[in-house]
Amino acid sequence: MLLDVRDLHVEFRTRDGVARAVNGVSYSVDAGETLAVLGESGSGKSVTAQAVMGILDSPPGRITGGEILFQGQDLLTLKEEERRKVRGARMAMIFQDALSALNPVLSVGDQLGEMFEVHRGMSRKDARARAVELMDRVRIPGAAQRVRDYPHQFSGGMRQRIMIAMALALEPALIIADEPTTALDVTVQAQVMDLLAELQREYRMGLILITHDLGVVADVADRIAVMYAGRIVETAPVHDIYKAPAHPYTRGLLDSIPRLDQKGQELYAIKGLPPNLMHIPAGCAFHPRCPMARDECRTDEPPLHEVSAERGSACHFWRECLDERTR
Amino acid sequence: MSAPAEPVLEVDGLVKHYPLTRGVLFKKQIGAVKAVDGVDFTLGRGETLGIVGESGCGKSTVAKLLCNLERPTAGAIRYKGEDITKLSGRALKAVRRNIQMVFQDPYTSLNPRMTVGDIIGEPYEIHPEAAPKGDRRRRVQELLDVVGLNPEYVNRYPHQFSGGQRQRIGIARGLALRPEVIVADEPVSALDVSVQAQVINLLDRLQSEFELSYVFIAHDLSIVRHISDRVGVMYLGRIVEIGRDAEIYDHPTHPYTQALLSAVPVPDPEAREHRERIILSGDVPSPTDIPSGCRFRTRCWKARERCALEVPQLAVPAEFRLATGPAAHDSACLFAEEKQVVPVDGAGPEAP
Repeated sequence: MLLDVRDLHVEFRTRDGVARAVNGVSYSVDAGETLAVLGESGSGKSVTAQAVMGILDSPPGRITGGEILFQGQDLLTLKEEERRKVRGARMAMIFQDALSALNPVLSVGDQLGEMFEVHRGMSRKDARARAVELMDRVRIPGAAQRVRDYPHQFSGGMRQRIMIAMALALEPALIIADEPTTALDVTVQAQVMDLLAELQREYRMGLILITHDLGVVADVADRIAVMYAGRIVETAPVHDIYKAPAHPYTRGLLDSIPRLDQKGQELYAIKGLPPNLMHIPAGCAFHPRCPMARDECRTDEPPLHEVSAERGSACHFWRECLDERTR
Repeated sequence: MSAPAEPVLEVDGLVKHYPLTRGVLFKKQIGAVKAVDGVDFTLGRGETLGIVGESGCGKSTVAKLLCNLERPTAGAIRYKGEDITKLSGRALKAVRRNIQMVFQDPYTSLNPRMTVGDIIGEPYEIHPEAAPKGDRRRRVQELLDVVGLNPEYVNRYPHQFSGGQRQRIGIARGLALRPEVIVADEPVSALDVSVQAQVINLLDRLQSEFELSYVFIAHDLSIVRHISDRVGVMYLGRIVEIGRDAEIYDHPTHPYTQALLSAVPVPDPEAREHRERIILSGDVPSPTDIPSGCRFRTRCWKARERCALEVPQLAVPAEFRLATGPAAHDSACLFAEEKQVVPVDGAGPEAP
């Protein structure tokens, strides 16, 4: 197992109270595997990733429990200095907005080269040569000339490629991509996702893809973890979940997206709003919005039930949910 | 299959160029951003026309022109036969009442210092003839109820609402003057998936309740198909293909439409193995420097010499002129070919 997150808890202390952003998340990723973490804003999907990367804003953020085992080592016990050596070299992150993630006053060549100078102790000249190689690798046309350009001189798709190049520079074992294509147009999105998938196969990296887009997930993921109010509510191999979701939230999400291949009637809409993380409802956090909710959902928090060897669902009535779809 | 009987809006040769100048004292025009470069379409009463395209294709500029927030460089926009681009003063104000806009970002399009009641009631300040003063509060509360918000919220401020609720406030403001046409520019793209469906259903319901005509601008092709009767695809300031939703989605003939549709991720993992994807190379050219001939040729895999010389017109392509099938719709390509890129679905619930 490459990465094994166990029972992670993260909270944010603010003036108005404590927001419990992550409440006992466990997931794992193997080498060469793609895990999609799906959720809406405020579901805790990005905060979990930030905790894994060790870039959580703290304060106000605080990890209050759990383990993050990476290549057998619990990252939460490491000193910041040791943690920094892991970050970038053994795990790397791709952000949504490349323009704000890249340094605007350094040329892309300098930013890419910096990785090799800092972590590998290369000379400036060698680092520059490696930067050009990398830019070629992510198919930036005219890499040798463009290495001196600044981030704003590239288009959105090209900037995202530079981010991918930076993440790949030291050939990490794990890549976390947080909404890597959300800011891009569809035709460019397809180019970038293809590139990412190809490089992942080649280097046999583990990939955690954080997204809200059920279409992107279906295209690239092996497994999927659906998050709601800081918990994983369903986890399954990607084929199973689209065929028959075992949690009413997942089912609601799948039913509420319009389809490209058919003109639908009225869309199914999940009623209500995602909960405020300072006042997460008792029992199952989804119960106020759930069409299947009963008395025990209001009082008992459902554990992640085992649906099959590879599947889990945090719903008391997962059997009914499955049946309804397969019937 | 022809254009609807009674058009509310007719757009004819619409052009908007923004000049690029150099120099401070002696401004010299050195070029132009050709944001909209010759757009024609009609919108029938009670119809929804979807406009899709990638960023920079000019779809938002079209929205602004339709609402008269910008003056076009050339062309005409006829509302019930009257060219609104030539109007000013009182006559313009009267027309504006009937064409209202819903904006993309519910976080920045509502004034944070105004209460919801003031925001929704503001159109009545500008058009006092629409509602007598004493009646306004009641009207605002009615509108809140219509868009599914509690009428008692009139005295709250925008920050007390979630994104989806704010978009409902924006829609209520758009409805205040009982317009005939609503131009919605990316109305759901800032919202979460579960909330998107609520707002789309609301727009659907309001359309039949108030006999509205929509121009629905978005980049999400699935949402546009869901809500639209007809769809126009824009690329670099022009409509390259337009037709009924099934014509565009199931029988596209323009290569750009085909590439766009094939690139959309489909939420069905079974489809990923046997789906053909057309991945375009490169980026959209700059609107200051539009390629000669067909503007899509620099990214088109079918481009030939003729494409650089001849500007393709938006009309039924010669190949399909005599045909009567769904492929016979307007498409601005010299080498138009029908190609099915969206898998025909057998698994989902059958549409009646």
